[in-house]
Amino acid sequence: MSASVIVFYVLSAFILVTGLLAVTSRQLFRSAIWLLFSLTGIAGLYFWLDLEFIAAVQVVVYVGGIVVLIIFSIFLTQQAGKDLPRPLRTRAFFSASAVCIGFLLTSLMIRQYGFPLPPAGGKTDMGIATIGTQLLSTSGQGYALPFEVISILLLAAMIACIVIAIKIKPGEK
Amino acid sequence: MSQVPLTHILFVSTALFFIGMYGLFTRRNMITMLMSVELILNSVNINFVAFNKYLYPGALEGLFFTLFIIAIAAAEAAVAIAIIINLYRNFRSIDVEDADELKF
Repeated sequence: MSASVIVFYVLSAFILVTGLLAVTSRQLFRSAIWLLFSLTGIAGLYFWLDLEFIAAVQVVVYVGGIVVLIIFSIFLTQQAGKDLPRPLRTRAFFSASAVCIGFLLTSLMIRQYGFPLPPAGGKTDMGIATIGTQLLSTSGQGYALPFEVISILLLAAMIACIVIAIKIKPGEK
Repeated sequence: MSQVPLTHILFVSTALFFIGMYGLFTRRNMITMLMSVELILNSVNINFVAFNKYLYPGALEGLFFTLFIIAIAAAEAAVAIAIIINLYRNFRSIDVEDADELKF
């Protein structure tokens, strides 16, 4: 058992434990912080897979963007220091059993399906230069059109946020 | 990296997906439900990256899907938080049980 394998299992345990705490903690702010740790662990998993660019995007967008946005909205909407109500016992029981059964079924399927080993020697570099070239190329393998579509989508989402959250004063219409 | 089989990474992402599902089922606060959705999206990202890395090492498609999912998740989180803040202004609560009117 080499160090790389140990790093993978430690990272996985970290991700799962902090994710579980994020969905069960009864203080909203702590829950957000546990989510932050879980997302950082996933970025570490991407580093472990030698995907530095995806790991950097994960840290910048998720950890630096979405979690900060969630914490802001917690401060805007929540009375500080108030615990969340405990979930109903029957609901917690039935969702836990549904989730356990679903996990068991899925892992059984994964275990039974023998994944073929990858062909040896077909390794390409997944460096940032390769990703950038393919992302913006207009050839058959390129992703220029989805890139442009997603930029329009981000613009539309930004305008939509302003329209939804804008406050209309009672006097003006 | 090659010493860990693909199935173990898939187990991790499956467990993360069902943790997110558990949060989505039990929580009734909109912000925590949004956090559960983020966990689910992240488990899908792990799947895409792992499949790309292990089964198709010569391609980059899974990686691009991951990038696009991250971008769409950011847009989705921003819109969701705008809706949550708007609901809070109208109902003084972000519990889904309290938001029981379509138009106010």
